[in-house]
Amino acid sequence: MSEQEIMISMKDVNKWYGDFHVLKDVNLDIKKGEKVVICGPSGSGKSTTIRCLNHLEKFQQGNININGTELIDDVKVVRHIRAQVGMVFQHFNLFPHLSVLENLVLAPTWVHKVPRKEAIKKAMYYLERVKIADQADKYPNQLSGGQQQRVAIARCLCINPEIMLFDEPTSALDPEMVSEVLDVMVELADEGITMICVTHEMGFAKKVADRVIFMDAGQVIEENEPNEFFDNPQSDRLKLFLEQILSH
Amino acid sequence: MATYTIKEAKAAPVGTKGPIHWMKHNLFPDVKNSLLTLVGLYLLYLTVPPFLNWMIFDATWSGTQDEITKGGARWIFISEKFDQFMYGFYPEELHWRPNLVLILTVAFLFSFKIFANVKIKAALILSYPVISFILISGGWLGLETVETEKWGGLMLTLVVAAVGIIASFPIGIVLALGRQSDMPIVKTLCVGFIEFIRGVPLITILFMASVVLPLFFSDGIDFDKLLRALIGITLFQAAYIAEVVRGGLQAIPKGQYEAAESLGLSYWQGMILIILPQALKISIPNLVGSFISLFKDTTLVLIIGLFDILAMVTLTNSDTNWLGYEVEGYVFVTLIYWVVCFTMSQYSKAIERKFNTEH
Repeated sequence: MSEQEIMISMKDVNKWYGDFHVLKDVNLDIKKGEKVVICGPSGSGKSTTIRCLNHLEKFQQGNININGTELIDDVKVVRHIRAQVGMVFQHFNLFPHLSVLENLVLAPTWVHKVPRKEAIKKAMYYLERVKIADQADKYPNQLSGGQQQRVAIARCLCINPEIMLFDEPTSALDPEMVSEVLDVMVELADEGITMICVTHEMGFAKKVADRVIFMDAGQVIEENEPNEFFDNPQSDRLKLFLEQILSH
Repeated sequence: MATYTIKEAKAAPVGTKGPIHWMKHNLFPDVKNSLLTLVGLYLLYLTVPPFLNWMIFDATWSGTQDEITKGGARWIFISEKFDQFMYGFYPEELHWRPNLVLILTVAFLFSFKIFANVKIKAALILSYPVISFILISGGWLGLETVETEKWGGLMLTLVVAAVGIIASFPIGIVLALGRQSDMPIVKTLCVGFIEFIRGVPLITILFMASVVLPLFFSDGIDFDKLLRALIGITLFQAAYIAEVVRGGLQAIPKGQYEAAESLGLSYWQGMILIILPQALKISIPNLVGSFISLFKDTTLVLIIGLFDILAMVTLTNSDTNWLGYEVEGYVFVTLIYWVVCFTMSQYSKAIERKFNTEH
C-alpha cells in the first residue's frame, strides 16, 4: 500500500440474510481518489457490499472504516458517514413529487443547513455540469431514464461527497441512453473523487478504473488493474464470467 | 432490405362522432338494446315528473299553514324551522358567531391556496381551530358563553365532523407510522389500538365515552358531553385514517426510503419531506371517502343526547303546531348531507389534480 490516505477500509466483513451467508470475509481497502469497479454474477454480493458502506445494509461481523470514522449502528455516526457518501441507484430513486431543482436542493438545505439561495446556485451549477440545466423546473417523470440518472448524480454531488457509490447505474437504461450517463461518470472520475461502481460496463471499467474487483458467492475472488484483469484472468471463475459477458 | 417513410397523422373518419352517432351506437344498436332503452325511458316517465311536481311545481313555498292548497311539498315548514335546523338552540341573537366561523372557514381554505409561505400556512392551520372555538363557544374576549347543550342542528354536525377530521388526521398518521416502526413496543401499541377500535362499532365507543369515561374521573369533574363525544369520534376516526395512510405508505417504493436515507435525511425528515407527501397523495381518494363516511356517522351523537341536524327533524316535528312534516324535513336534511358530501368529493378531486406530477 502506498503512502496515500486510505478512504474506505473493510475488514473481514460478514453478512447474513437469515441463514443465508451473503458476504464472506470481505476485505477491501480503497485509497482517496481511487476508482474501483466491482463486477460479478447476480447474487454475488456486489451491491450488498457497497450498500454496507453507507449503512443501507447492516453487517453482522467485521469492521468498516470510512474516512477515519468507524461505521457502527448509531444514528449520529451513520448520518455523519452518509453526509460524505453519495449513492446513485439502479432505478434513480428521484423524488417524483418534487421538481428536479427541489430534488437537488433538499439534502443541502435540510441536512447540511446550507442557505436556500446558495443551495439553488450550487444545484444549478451541477445541473449545468450534467448538461440538464434546462430541465430544472420539470418533474422527474417528465424526463427520460438517462436524464433522470444524470439528475440523480447531480443530486449526490450537491452534498459534496468524498465518496460516490454507483449501484448498477446504467442497467435500467435503454441502450441509447447508457453513454450519456457514462460520459458524466468518466468526467467525474477525472476530477479525482473516490468512486466505487458496481457495473457490467466493461468499456467503462477499462477506461476509468484503477482496479477491478470480481466477486462471486459473497467473496472477492480476484482483483487486479484493468488491463491485467481482462487480458490475463487468473481464476477459472473469472475466465468463465468474462467469456460469458464478452461473447455477445 | 426495406425502408419506410414516416406517415402524416390523418383526421378520424367521418360519422364516428357527434350526438346522433352516439345515440345510434349506445341506445339503439339492435332490437334488444332499443327495447331496453324504451323501457328505461318509460320508467323515467313514471318517476321523474311526479317527483318534480312534488318537489317544485305543486309545492308550497310561502305563506301560512292555512293557505296550503296544493298536494306537493310544504316547504314553509323548513323556512319556519330553519334556524333550528341550522343552529339548534343556539341563542338567536348570537347566530352571527357560527356564521362568521363559516365565512372564516371559506376564507381559510382560499387563503391557503394563495399563500405559498410555509410559516403563514402553519400559522393559519394552528389559529383556525382556536379562533373558531372562541367564536362558537365564547367565554373569552367579552363573548358571551354558550353551553354546548345549546349547540345543535347543522352547526353541531359540522363541528363534530370538522373536529373529528382535523384532530384524527395527525393522530392517524402517527399511528400508521407507529405500525410500521421497528420498535416492538411502539408497534404493538399502535397495532393494538387500531385493531381494538376497528373491531368495535362507533355507537359502542360513543356510549363508552359518555357513560364509562366519567367513571374513571373523580366526582365533581364534569366532563362536557360534547367533548366526550368528540374524543370518542376522533379516536375512532384516527384508527381508520391510520389504515388508509398505511396503504399509501406501503405503495411507496423501497427506493424512496433508501434515497432519503442515503442523502443523510433523518427518519422524520425523510418521512415528512419525502414519504408522507407521496403516501398521502395516493391516499387522497380513500381519505376523503373516510371523511365523508365520518360526516354521515356524526349523526350517531343523537344516541347520547346531542341534537344534530337529523335529530332536529324529529324534534321540530314534536311541535304540536307542526305535526306531520317529517317528509319535508328528511328530504331537506338529505339534500344538505348530499351537498356537503358532494362538495367534499369535488374538493378532493381538485386537490388530486393539483398534486399530480405525472404529466
